[in-house]
Amino acid sequence: MDLENQQRVLDLSNEYGAENIVVLVGAGEGEAAGLAAETVTAGDPTYAGPLTGVSLGLCVYHVCEEAVKAEFDPDIYDEQVGMMEMVLDLDEIAEEMEAIREEYTKYC
Amino acid sequence: MNSVIRGTGYPLVHVPDMVLLNGTTQTTERIVNPESEYLKKLGDHIRTYEQACAYYPNQVYIGNYTPEILEEVEFPWYDKPSPVSDRFGKYGEIMPQEEFYLLMQASDEFELLFLEKAFVEKYKPELAKNGIITEAILDRIHEGVELEQIKKQVNEHKAEPLRSNGELVGYVKNAHAIDENLSAHVMLENLVSKASSVLSLLYALKDAGMNPDDVEYVIDCSEEACGDMNQRGGGNFAKAAAETAGLNNATGSDVRGFCAAPSHALTMAASLIKAGTFNCVAVTAGGSTAKLGMNGKEHVNKDLPILEDVLGGFATILTANDNINPEINLDIQGIHTVGTGSSPQNVIGSLVVDPLERAGLKVTDINKYSPEMQNPDVTKPAGAGDVPQSNMKMIGALAVKRGDMDRKDLNDFVSKHGVVGFAPTQGHIPSGVPYLGHARQEILDGKMEKVMIVGKGSLFLGRLTNLFDGISFIVQANEGVEEEATVSRDEIRGLIAESLRDFASSLLESR
Repeated sequence: MDLENQQRVLDLSNEYGAENIVVLVGAGEGEAAGLAAETVTAGDPTYAGPLTGVSLGLCVYHVCEEAVKAEFDPDIYDEQVGMMEMVLDLDEIAEEMEAIREEYTKYC
Repeated sequence: MNSVIRGTGYPLVHVPDMVLLNGTTQTTERIVNPESEYLKKLGDHIRTYEQACAYYPNQVYIGNYTPEILEEVEFPWYDKPSPVSDRFGKYGEIMPQEEFYLLMQASDEFELLFLEKAFVEKYKPELAKNGIITEAILDRIHEGVELEQIKKQVNEHKAEPLRSNGELVGYVKNAHAIDENLSAHVMLENLVSKASSVLSLLYALKDAGMNPDDVEYVIDCSEEACGDMNQRGGGNFAKAAAETAGLNNATGSDVRGFCAAPSHALTMAASLIKAGTFNCVAVTAGGSTAKLGMNGKEHVNKDLPILEDVLGGFATILTANDNINPEINLDIQGIHTVGTGSSPQNVIGSLVVDPLERAGLKVTDINKYSPEMQNPDVTKPAGAGDVPQSNMKMIGALAVKRGDMDRKDLNDFVSKHGVVGFAPTQGHIPSGVPYLGHARQEILDGKMEKVMIVGKGSLFLGRLTNLFDGISFIVQANEGVEEEATVSRDEIRGLIAESLRDFASSLLESR
C-alpha cells in the first residue's frame, strides 16, 4: 500500500480510534486486496511504510463483498460498481479478505 | 484533412546497474531498510543483456514479433527465451547500457556527465557501428577522464555514479550548488529521458523514411520535469532532444498528464496538422529511471528475475494526409472531463463507449483496442493482474450493459479485440501508444480498419487533484483526401486562349 495512504490510515486511527474505522479496499485482484488488508490489520508486509510493525487490526472489506454491497443504495451501487462486478473474480477476492479478517482483524 | 501516422520508433535500453542505483523502490529501500534481505538478494536477480534481448515482450516492443506471438507462447514468458533475440528490430533496438551512457553524454550540453577514459575508448567504437547514431552525436562524446576524478566526485561531491557491471565508470554532477531541481539525481533522470527521446526520434524518422529537417514541431510527453528553483517544470525536453537528434527546422514544447500524456500529445499533434499550422509533427518520450525495478520486491520474493530492467522510449511522426498511411480521426474522441467521475465504468464509458455511440458505432466495430499495454509478466506476479486484459474486460462488460453484446460473448470479445500487453512498465510508455507501430502496419496491410488508442492517467499522484484522466482517439485506414474542385494551369491557359480567340474574331467581324 502507498506510503502516503498508510500514513493517512494511521492518522485517522489515532484521531478516531481504531475501533471506529472501517477500511474499504477497491483493488482489482485478490492478492492486491489481501496485501492492502494485511497492511491495515497486521502491518505493512513490505516493511516500507509507516504501518511497518503497527498492527492496527482494523475492520477491512473489499467494496465488492456482499456485506458491503448490502449497505449501498442498489442503483448507486450498480452505477458505480456494477461493471466491475462483471470483471473481477469476486470469489477469490472475498476468500482473500475473509482469510485476512479471520487472522488479523480485532474490530469486526 | 486528417493527419497520418508516417512512422514510429520504439527503442529500449537495458540498464542493469541503473536498476540497482536509480529505481525508486531500491533507493527508498536503501533509506528505510538498508540491511534488508531484498537488497542483499537483488543482485542475483538481474538479467544479462542477452537475456533481456531473448525476451518475447522486448522483441515485440522493438518490432521483431507482432503481439500475437504472446498469445501463442505459454504464460509466463520470462522463463521461455525467444528464438529471435536480435539487438535491432523494425522499430528500434535494445541498446546496451554502456553505449547509452555515451549517448547520454552526447545529449549533455552543460558538461555534467563524465566517463572514464578507457571506458570511452572501449565503447565509442561500438556505438559508432550503430547506423542510427549520427556523426554529429559521435562528435559530441568526450575523450574521458581519469578514474580518480570520478571517485572523488562520487565520494566527496555527491555526484551520481554511473556503473557498468558494478564498476564505477562515470558520474553525473549537480548543475547548481544548492538548487534541488538541478541536483545530480535530477540531472541524471533528465539526461536519461532526453537521450532515450533522441534515440526514439531517430528511429521514428527512419521508419517514416523522412529527413530530420522535415520535422517542424516536436511534443515531448514523458513524465520528468526540467527547470530550476524558479521554474521547476519550465521545460523544454522536446526542443532539447530535437537539437541532439538534428531536427534543425523544429521547435517544440512539453505536454504532461502522467500516463495519459502521450494520448494528449498525439491529439494535439494531429490537431496542429489538421489546422494547417504545421505539416510534420513528432511526438516523443524518453524513459524513466525511477520506475526501474518498481515491482522488484515481489519479483525477488517469487524468485523471478527483475523484469523492469529496461528504459522504454517512443516517438511517432505525424504528417499531413498522404493518402496512404493510417489517419488519426479526431471526430471520434473519448474525453474524461472534470465532471465525468472516477468509477471504472464512468472512465471506460467516457473514453470508449460514449464516443463510439456518438459516432453511431458499436464497441465491436473497432478491430483492436490499445488501452494500457503493460506487460503482464511484470504486473501479475506483483498482484496487479493483467492490466490490458482487465481493461478489455471492462470495455466488454460495459458493452454488455449497454446492450451492444451478449454476456456470453465477453471472453471472445476480450481475445478478439484486445492486444496482449508487451510494454515495459515505464508509466507513460505503456499507455496506449506502444501499439501504434504494429497497428499502422496491420492497417497498411489491410488486416484491420479501426484501432482505438486509449490513454489513462492517475493524476492523484501529483497531490493536486484526486481526479482521474484520460483521452482516446481512433486510428483508421486512409480514406483518401477528397479531390477539391480546382482548375489546373493548363485548363486556365486553354480558357485564356479561347477568350483571346473569341475577342480576335469579334474584332475581325466588327470590321
